[in-house]
Amino acid sequence: MDREATKARIDALIEPFNKKGVAITDATRFTDDLEFDSLTIMDFVAAIEDEFDIIISMNQQAEIENYGQLIDAVVKLKG
Amino acid sequence: MTEAVNQPDQPEVIEGGQPDLFSKFDPLIEMRRNLLDSGVEDPFSLVMDRVLSPTTAICNGRETILLGTYNYMGMTFDPDVIEAGQKALTDFGSGTTGSRVLNGTYSGHKAVEQALCEFYAMDHAMVFSTGYQANLGIISTIAGKGDYIILDIDSHASIWDGCKMGDAEVVPFKHNDLEAMEKRLRRIPEGAGKLVILEGVYSMMGDIAPLKEMIAVAKKHGAMVLVDEAHSMGFIGPNGRGVAEDQGCLDDVDFVIGTFSKSVGTVGGFCVSNHPKFEIMRLVCRPYVFTASLPPSVVATACTSIRKLMHAADKRAHLWENSRTLHAALKAAGFHLGTETPQSAIIAVIMPDLERGAAMWEALLHEGLYVNLARPPATPANMTLLRCSLCAAHTAEQVQQIVGMFQRAGVKAGIL
Repeated sequence: MDREATKARIDALIEPFNKKGVAITDATRFTDDLEFDSLTIMDFVAAIEDEFDIIISMNQQAEIENYGQLIDAVVKLKG
Repeated sequence: MTEAVNQPDQPEVIEGGQPDLFSKFDPLIEMRRNLLDSGVEDPFSLVMDRVLSPTTAICNGRETILLGTYNYMGMTFDPDVIEAGQKALTDFGSGTTGSRVLNGTYSGHKAVEQALCEFYAMDHAMVFSTGYQANLGIISTIAGKGDYIILDIDSHASIWDGCKMGDAEVVPFKHNDLEAMEKRLRRIPEGAGKLVILEGVYSMMGDIAPLKEMIAVAKKHGAMVLVDEAHSMGFIGPNGRGVAEDQGCLDDVDFVIGTFSKSVGTVGGFCVSNHPKFEIMRLVCRPYVFTASLPPSVVATACTSIRKLMHAADKRAHLWENSRTLHAALKAAGFHLGTETPQSAIIAVIMPDLERGAAMWEALLHEGLYVNLARPPATPANMTLLRCSLCAAHTAEQVQQIVGMFQRAGVKAGIL
């Protein structure tokens, strides 16, 4: 799947979760920069899983620290 | 080149020593210090000087009604239970000093497993040294690398730890959300092993799971089902087998996990199952093999208590009565509760924040009432809760006393 197209869809999904309006780049970190707590992470991951019809297990989530890594993981999971 | 450029970054020196492996606990140490600096009695180091009955004790020097013990059926001072324990202590000694698979299986361990088989009407029972180890052991052993575990996000710590230890792919879903669970089951790759983990009663809010619907969906997708019934055993269901029995779906549960440290009134954990190959678990389950078995007195008290719980319909009815009465009275007094209706013997009173929660907890203790103060991160949505668990041995008069204590403490702490 095309990375740009995937990024565009995730950009739309993250907007309601980005309560502080942080300017998001590939290097933006979920806990440190966006201050996501565990419940926000669960809801955000569920939104992505539903949008792309994929599973991002907790094991995979542990490897994803920033926005760019998330996009790459979704691209890979969609094959 | 100036001297400054040659200097390495100076790590922040924290009071109490150089930064080391303990530095990660600094925020918690700080939170605890702030709480105690406010002058509140420490909610996490209460000492029971004497225990008078299943419902009363001398706590920090005061006579106190206990409303946070999980001693649901009040079996801790049952004369038959105590006698069985004393006899086993005399006859078999203070401990086994060995693993169940070596020198640690006595006739008492077999007897308590037989009592569990009869209590649940199931073929196999395996007793662990604690409930924590039962979840840790069963989950980590049956769901390994490449398998998928689908579990409720509000699952107990022992379930999460079992998932992590087994190295399966862990996929949580929103609490009690049937649709979210089904979506995740649907997405699991063809052919992968699947385990769905649910709890009968969720201990923080005291709410129950829609097990019948959830288990039907899990079975439709070919998953095995494990249900933790720690907080329902002895109390919920016509025979006290738990929420799955109450909802008529116990036959579809592959593994029931339970504990001796709540309704049974001692310590230990177990798994019961009808799986034809279940007995192999005794050889492959590391938290079962690599630890000493329960002392003879403990399995003797557990066995006697479980057999008495089979015939405890009157106590179950009284406990329901207590739960309904307290729930209705606290709600009427204006407290914000974890569930709209009483669903279990746990009533969670939601506090606005940790400071006022701790103040309310202290005011209750001064009134002569002990409840559990539950705080983040153990609680859902980072709430501060005063968690009350009722006992079948609480009298109707004690329940009325408790209501009065809550009203006075609520005013004093500024909650009401």
